[in-house]
Amino acid sequence: MTAIVIIGAGECGTRAAFELRERGWQEAIVLIGAEPGLPYERPPLSKPTSGGVCRRPVCDDSALRAADIEYLRGVDVETLDRANRCVRLADGRNIAYGKALLATGARPRPMQCPGGDRALTFRTMSDAETLYRKTANAAHVAVVGAGLIGMELAATLRTAGIGVTVIEAGSRPLGRGVPEALAARLHARHCEEGVRFLFNAGVSLIDGDTVVLSDGTTVAADVVVAAIGVLPDTSLAERAGLAVANGIVVDATLATSDPDVFAAGDCARVPSRYANGVPLRLESWRNAREQGAHAARTMLGDAAAFDAVPWFWSDQYDLGLQVVGIPIPGQRNVVRRLSSDAELLFQLADDGRMCCASGLGVGNRVARDIKLAEMLIARGVRATPDVLEDPDTNLKSLIRQ
Amino acid sequence: MTQWINACSADDIESEGVIRFDHAGRTFAIFRSPADEYFCTDGLCSHEAVHLADGLVMDYVIECPKHSGEFDYRSGEAVRAPACRNLKVYSTRIEDGCVFVEV
Repeated sequence: MTAIVIIGAGECGTRAAFELRERGWQEAIVLIGAEPGLPYERPPLSKPTSGGVCRRPVCDDSALRAADIEYLRGVDVETLDRANRCVRLADGRNIAYGKALLATGARPRPMQCPGGDRALTFRTMSDAETLYRKTANAAHVAVVGAGLIGMELAATLRTAGIGVTVIEAGSRPLGRGVPEALAARLHARHCEEGVRFLFNAGVSLIDGDTVVLSDGTTVAADVVVAAIGVLPDTSLAERAGLAVANGIVVDATLATSDPDVFAAGDCARVPSRYANGVPLRLESWRNAREQGAHAARTMLGDAAAFDAVPWFWSDQYDLGLQVVGIPIPGQRNVVRRLSSDAELLFQLADDGRMCCASGLGVGNRVARDIKLAEMLIARGVRATPDVLEDPDTNLKSLIRQ
Repeated sequence: MTQWINACSADDIESEGVIRFDHAGRTFAIFRSPADEYFCTDGLCSHEAVHLADGLVMDYVIECPKHSGEFDYRSGEAVRAPACRNLKVYSTRIEDGCVFVEV
């Protein structure tokens, strides 16, 4: 039996399915998704239009048919039966596999406090539809968590004229994944727009339309949204006896401890060249696509290590943030000012190799330079701070030197 | 019905570069190749309405600044996912140091 079965039809699983076909795989491809409808992109969910939630499909039915990908939608997988090399569906069907890819993604971390189940989550199309329906006439929303999702939701809700209070357990927004100077600029912008922040604040209980914090203060809110991170969906892998540790453990080619089972995307923990070989579990759109494509190539016999540079973006109000590489908290940032409202920050390793770049500007102002920085990071190009700071140096010239 | 419009000065665009051009409610991207030829395409990426003028031009390829879809700007052909629908292209000509586009 040579079918390749992909469990999870988000950005990652879907990309893997098409990559298999593009790379010449002739046998069956079965793509199984738990959510109904076509595979869709998650980033647009935090940017509704006047027509409601933005539903952007990753592919349409005709593309699936043209690639002869069998797509099972709205189907839950109960078991990955490695001994019998088959996938057992909740509806009783068995799908035999030659190779299987786990692209099961992640689910929102639930709020553990009493009343925590009153908080809405924000991950799926259905979550987004619910949030926008419930906040349509809301005066005030409490967003728990000042990470990327929390901040994007705060911006979206505030722009719609809704009062927003962000409740964050840490001392500042955006945590380790975003350099402090850029997080501070975004924080300031949110404050200018009227978002209220409460830091070092834990939630003790959610009661009706009140959030009670651990210090006793209360926040009145018509709707509470929990944006406190996600937990990788590893239960199938665990029950199948595969190694799991904050994600499904894979090697650099994305293979699990079973040579015919692979994992990729939000659910996978992968050794990273950009974190000195330390395994990382990345939660970005780009990573889902890159790992999905890489897993497909590995399943077809490629032995290359996954080495795409981590990259993500976040749009809040009219500001666009992009980060490439892994920022090291506390490490010096070399600043390149592009204009009064756009800047880039670079981090260099001791030997001068660029290891991280981030930028914040209006719209996609920093995109081009971040892309150039990505190329410099991938190629291990060395640069000096004075060259990077100098606005007259064209970064493109560093690539071709 | 198309017309030839004076879009910009040839030197407004750096070599292997791109600028945005808006006309009559539509938006375009005008490219100057490394060989100093000029090309014009739809301004918005066909994957999502993101302006290509913010993207990186390398040789004959423009990369969307948001999702890294790529197009060959000479033909408008989508050459890398998630871009899969080609861009429309428009004729250009240079006259007296100005770039004219037929839009």
